[in-house]
Amino acid sequence: MNTQNKPKLKVAIYWGAACGGCCVSVLDVHEKVLDIVKAVDFVFWPIALDIKYKDVDAMPDKSIDVCLYNGAIRNSENEHIAKVLRKKSKVLVAYGSCAHLGGIPGLANLTTKEEIFRRAYEESESTVNPDKIRPTTETKMPEGTLTLPHMYNDVKTLAQTVQVDYFIPGCPPQTERLVEVLMLIIEGKPLPPAGSVVGALEKTLCDTCPRTKSDKKLVKEFKRPWQVLDDGITCLLEQGIICMGPSTRGGCGARCISGNYPCRGCYGPPTDSPDPGAAMMSAIGSMMDVEKDEDIKKIVEQVVDPAGTFYRFSVPGSILRRALK
Amino acid sequence: MSNFEPTIVAFLCNWCSYTGADLAGTSRLKYRPNVRVIRIMCSGRIEPAFVLKAFQEGADGVIICGCHPGDCHYHSGNYKALRRYYLMKEYLKQMGIEEDRFKLDWVSASEGHRFAELVNEVTGKVAALGPCKISSNIARFT
Repeated sequence: MNTQNKPKLKVAIYWGAACGGCCVSVLDVHEKVLDIVKAVDFVFWPIALDIKYKDVDAMPDKSIDVCLYNGAIRNSENEHIAKVLRKKSKVLVAYGSCAHLGGIPGLANLTTKEEIFRRAYEESESTVNPDKIRPTTETKMPEGTLTLPHMYNDVKTLAQTVQVDYFIPGCPPQTERLVEVLMLIIEGKPLPPAGSVVGALEKTLCDTCPRTKSDKKLVKEFKRPWQVLDDGITCLLEQGIICMGPSTRGGCGARCISGNYPCRGCYGPPTDSPDPGAAMMSAIGSMMDVEKDEDIKKIVEQVVDPAGTFYRFSVPGSILRRALK
Repeated sequence: MSNFEPTIVAFLCNWCSYTGADLAGTSRLKYRPNVRVIRIMCSGRIEPAFVLKAFQEGADGVIICGCHPGDCHYHSGNYKALRRYYLMKEYLKQMGIEEDRFKLDWVSASEGHRFAELVNEVTGKVAALGPCKISSNIARFT
């Protein structure tokens, strides 16, 4: 690849409400990183580089070529930096499940900020806090006032906060796909239309699943993974384990399935599906091999925590966005 | 909220329930005018996303009607609808949507009165609950 004479691509990587796994996934390019750094300058990447917010503020608008924003929008800092990076970046990518659909932090939308604070600072088994002290966003010290970002009641996706050009799904995204996308940009190849999900397939995970599926998928009862002696071959759903494959976009390389673990849905719904959980309820509604009212109620009871199972990575990005509380 | 008139979306299957609703009309049965009927070919065609979408767009209640068990024009669509209904009920409960806002019932082509009673029953219960807050909740995210 001749990149000698081209100006280097300026890339920023930032984490909002995230675990850090997305940032680490970028490093999983291994020796390919040498090809990438030949063509790329990382101008902002808190996990790896000591660049301050004031340095980003000082960058001219649209001076960052590609920004990979991972993490959901959970507090005022996440939101502020998302807006700053939107202004400074030509292309803003929602990178990973949290930025794409809310991810694991998005599960907080099943409860409220007040309930979370009460649990964390008063009720949890390891908490000793007789005065019920809660963290505050401002603390006065002799030297001046210290401030912290404030946490929001709602967790939002990146696209619910700023305009997003591309989405790369996954928890974390498959690193090979990121390299492909970056290489497209570096080599100046035509890019997909704005708003596309890139680095993933159009079809569902089932389409690429290595396990054996029968035509008639029927299940009499649902079990937790530990209750099943997996044969390693048969479709996990057909063995009674809830696997999100039918309602999840492929492209991950079936990593969980290859580890004999059911899909949990981190790649989000396929192109033509508006809501991952709805698609899953539709799919397993067809599979349950029971007809009597009481039998249906029994098998539905075996689905522990439907909202958390069907929307594990996507509560803020789902149709209902959050629970009414 | 005594004069609150709820919006109820009813998905009716073409073969039994829509014909039943039609019979309620041709029999000149009086029932609450809050229901907005959407005809689909089979209750098994109702994707859970349709129901969520109805709530998203401001429905205060959703009704699903299909052929009685054993009578489905397509053999087993109504059983699929029933299984999805029970799954969705659990999900909607977790999302804080009151149980009375979502109802599945069977209405055959000859049961116009049953359709009228169902609409009155659901409308009454939903009117007592007041407007569903989920659509304004969703609007916060745009």
